[in-house]
Amino acid sequence: MRRQEVAFTVTDVIAPARIETEEERPQLELPPQIPGHGSGEGHAGGHERHGPTGILKWLTSTDHKVIGLSYMITSLVMFYLAGIMALLIRLQLSSPHSSLLTFGQYNQLFTMHGSLMLYLFAGPFAFGGLANFIVPLQIGAPDMAFPRLNALSYWLYLTGSITMLIGFFVAGGAASFGWVAYAPLSSATSSPGAGGDLWIMAIALTGFSAIFTGVNLVGTIFYLRAPGMTMFRMPIFTWNMLVTAILILIAFPVLTSAMVMLFCDRHFGTHIFTAVGCHLVNGAATASCGSPLLWQNLFWFFGHPEVYILALPFFGIVTEVFPVFSRKPVFGYKGMVFATMAIAALSTGVWAHHMFTTGAVLLPFFSFLSLLIAVPTGIKFFNWIGTLWHGQLQFTAAMLFSIGFLFAFLMGGVTGIMLASPPIDFAVHDTYFVVAHFHQVLFGTAVFAGFAGVYYWYPKMFGRMLRESLGKWHFWLMFVGFWVTFMPQYVVGLLGMPRRVASYPSNLGWQSYNVVSTVGSFLIALSFLLLLVNFVVSWRNPIPAGDNPWDAHTLEWFTTSPPPHHNYTHLPPIRSERPTWDYNHPDALTVPHGKAAHPKKERVPVA
Amino acid sequence: MKIEALFLLFLGVFFGVVGIVYWFWSYEDGGGMMLLGTSLLGFLPGSYYWFWHRRMGHRLEDRDDASIAEGAGVINSFPGSSIWPFVLGMGAFLTVLALVFGMWLIFLGVPLILTALTGVTVESRRGGHV
Amino acid sequence: MTSPPHGTPGSTTAIPPPGRPHRRLAAFGLVTAGLLLTGCQLPTFGAYKGSTTQSRTEYHLWQGFFVAGIVVGIFVLMLILWAIFRYRRRSEEIPKQSQYHTPTEIIYTVVPIIIVVVLFVFTVLAENKVTAVEANPAASIHVYAFQWGWEFEYPNGVKVIGQTTNEPTMVVPTGETVRIRLDSYDVLHGFYVPEFNFSRYATPGYSTYFDLNVLHNGDYRGQCTQLCGLYHSLMFFDVKSVSPGDYSNWLRTELAQQRAHPSSVTRLPSDLNPRTSSSGSATAGGGLYGD
Repeated sequence: MRRQEVAFTVTDVIAPARIETEEERPQLELPPQIPGHGSGEGHAGGHERHGPTGILKWLTSTDHKVIGLSYMITSLVMFYLAGIMALLIRLQLSSPHSSLLTFGQYNQLFTMHGSLMLYLFAGPFAFGGLANFIVPLQIGAPDMAFPRLNALSYWLYLTGSITMLIGFFVAGGAASFGWVAYAPLSSATSSPGAGGDLWIMAIALTGFSAIFTGVNLVGTIFYLRAPGMTMFRMPIFTWNMLVTAILILIAFPVLTSAMVMLFCDRHFGTHIFTAVGCHLVNGAATASCGSPLLWQNLFWFFGHPEVYILALPFFGIVTEVFPVFSRKPVFGYKGMVFATMAIAALSTGVWAHHMFTTGAVLLPFFSFLSLLIAVPTGIKFFNWIGTLWHGQLQFTAAMLFSIGFLFAFLMGGVTGIMLASPPIDFAVHDTYFVVAHFHQVLFGTAVFAGFAGVYYWYPKMFGRMLRESLGKWHFWLMFVGFWVTFMPQYVVGLLGMPRRVASYPSNLGWQSYNVVSTVGSFLIALSFLLLLVNFVVSWRNPIPAGDNPWDAHTLEWFTTSPPPHHNYTHLPPIRSERPTWDYNHPDALTVPHGKAAHPKKERVPVA
Repeated sequence: MKIEALFLLFLGVFFGVVGIVYWFWSYEDGGGMMLLGTSLLGFLPGSYYWFWHRRMGHRLEDRDDASIAEGAGVINSFPGSSIWPFVLGMGAFLTVLALVFGMWLIFLGVPLILTALTGVTVESRRGGHV
Repeated sequence: MTSPPHGTPGSTTAIPPPGRPHRRLAAFGLVTAGLLLTGCQLPTFGAYKGSTTQSRTEYHLWQGFFVAGIVVGIFVLMLILWAIFRYRRRSEEIPKQSQYHTPTEIIYTVVPIIIVVVLFVFTVLAENKVTAVEANPAASIHVYAFQWGWEFEYPNGVKVIGQTTNEPTMVVPTGETVRIRLDSYDVLHGFYVPEFNFSRYATPGYSTYFDLNVLHNGDYRGQCTQLCGLYHSLMFFDVKSVSPGDYSNWLRTELAQQRAHPSSVTRLPSDLNPRTSSSGSATAGGGLYGD
């Protein structure tokens, strides 16, 4: 921690670290003078002369940090709920004809497990939680561009989550048609009951929540960067969030429209997706015949960008963690940026690879684009390895989780390439092979990389450290549990076990694989308990973190932990993608992106 | 604004090309329309940003030699402490529940929405908490 | 300005000492050579070799993809393992702050594109064979999926219907092209026979066609793979492949039986009950891994 002290001393000498009086208050962010209201903000000490307190403060807060934390905590609750559902599923499958759950309950459980994980955890945690908290800090902004819209996004997300969960308490139970709600199974005839309607409404609410967050992110990143923070000096996490935000704007409106149409089919007598006693012409809907294929097209046009909306923020997290714990800059920064754009662009064009087995889609078009996504993903992989290469690697919990992500995503990505080939997909579609594939990629990103982000940014958010030793136990338990859970699923999928089944024949030899998988899932659950223990212990016996415990590179590490109201009281010069590193390590400057060199004397220009 | 504009225009062009290829290869309506929409999603804001880039030149955050001191002063107005997002959220919640459980809930939800919309407009005009 | 200290920005990666890259390349070469040498007897990698000509095509494609996956995967895995073992923090010294190396970046952009194009070419060749439908199939069967069973309709009017665990058996001729027309009465279902390495959705309102050329006599289990409601887990069926002679006999006798006893249409065909018949089970073919 020697270097941290050096930087601290420099800060003390060049500029005062704390602002106490009006006169010393930096001009950097002078809030507008409102008649009748004091200009109470901008103090580093956070002297709140006005403003609500207690629960009302939480209900009315528009501070991106508060909203981000609310998102993260709510989404982690959803994560644990969905995890319990997963354990129930695995228990059911550990014997071929288990009577633990009825078929109906089982269908509800896997539907809600998938829906909670994908709609209510992974996305909101990433773009509602982490991005909300971190992006304004990383670009030197005081807040998000539209703070009240930000708050609205959170309330829509929370109410959406509650709406979906209410399904468990209505007659007929929660939605049970899979997280993809294929028509006509999701029609009123096949799935009557309020559970399905609540599910649709929940997605409408959380969909709008996401869209508003997308707008907010684009606005913030385009308009609120600090001076000198050009687009190509933004951290890769912020770049990934920008691309994610645009993907959100591309994908979620399609989902919301599809949900509206589905609701109309269920309740207003339309036949947009249901073909009853009629025949489609070339698979297209006509005035007299709805098309289940149309549902799939609409859903997957959202669904595939959705999984990249889920993945890209987490790619961004590991791209923050690797440089810090290798003590080197990101390798191939521009390559990373262009690869991310390419992934986003391509991912919007591959939706029908989820429909290869319909026999109704253009196989070569979609398989080519799907195979092609491997290229920018590969570029990112090699850039991550290049970042580690010749570095001085330190295996903190965040770094371990990021490396675990690499292993998980490597294999998940390779199996994805296999699935991109229609003939192979015909053989394994809707089997446990696919289940194993997407769990590897989603778990690798949302869970491994997500926890890397938690361990990495927790000090910045709370001013205290998470216990590293518990973090390492957490990682290793989860890592072992992960492989034990999902590798048998590949095998049993190749043997022919379909997905979404509550029971299976006992004479095919599938049980042993399922049992192993269930054991693994409980290992994973144990590791999540360790995380909770870590939270409690670190809160009860705090170890203060300081501004920059990791000697990290990006702008958010320049301010205090936690950051003050409106984030910054002073800023370093921004000449590269590592302003904090450059400030702390003037002997190992980053080559600036753009022509301007590092200023020689200027250290902390307080306006 | 140049890079921002180029990024979005790139999306417009990319999806335009992909959309054209897809349409003439498959004649599938759903995907064709969605790709067209995505292309427009790139072109519309992209051209807007390009227009503004041409008109206003480099902002401080586009200049790679800008110093922090140059950015001193009022950045923007960041409304703080507003109850209206919560009220609007609750109104939306009740309204969608109305669609599921019975339209009578609309009489709770819609007034909340209207109140919130009014409240937020008035707050913006008056300034509200900062 | 003093002489540049260590960690000079923008420097390209140092040329590694001669031993290391050569060792890596050699190891990689050995692995690839080994795999190529065993090319004629590649392992199954967990998949079925399959009992139709279409499945064999898919199987070979699977093997090729698996090998490519292993090669690429192991290569990248080695790189990661090397990095995390070799570059552990040894001192507080700041390492060389390399930010890019354009030749390397170009290589790892171009090589994956080439790999992808090769995989795509093989994919298209295989998928054209698998999805090909012949002009004049020897047998034509209309398959209906419904909640929660299957109905097989033959051109001469024979119908075989079964639900959930009362599995219907689809009798087909071995060695000849069987055309399947797949429809659904209600929701989406998946027609999946693991040992044929093939599945297709039954979409209501949309008929889909595919061919099966079964290679050996045998019994092949099938199941619905697309979530279709409450008893999705129990929507089983069987495919029983018999010699063409046996097939036509069966068609004739079955038709006669169904005409005589119309109410018995839902029962399984009696002479060819897969539970009691021993034809095909001990002979070559029909097992999990083919020949």
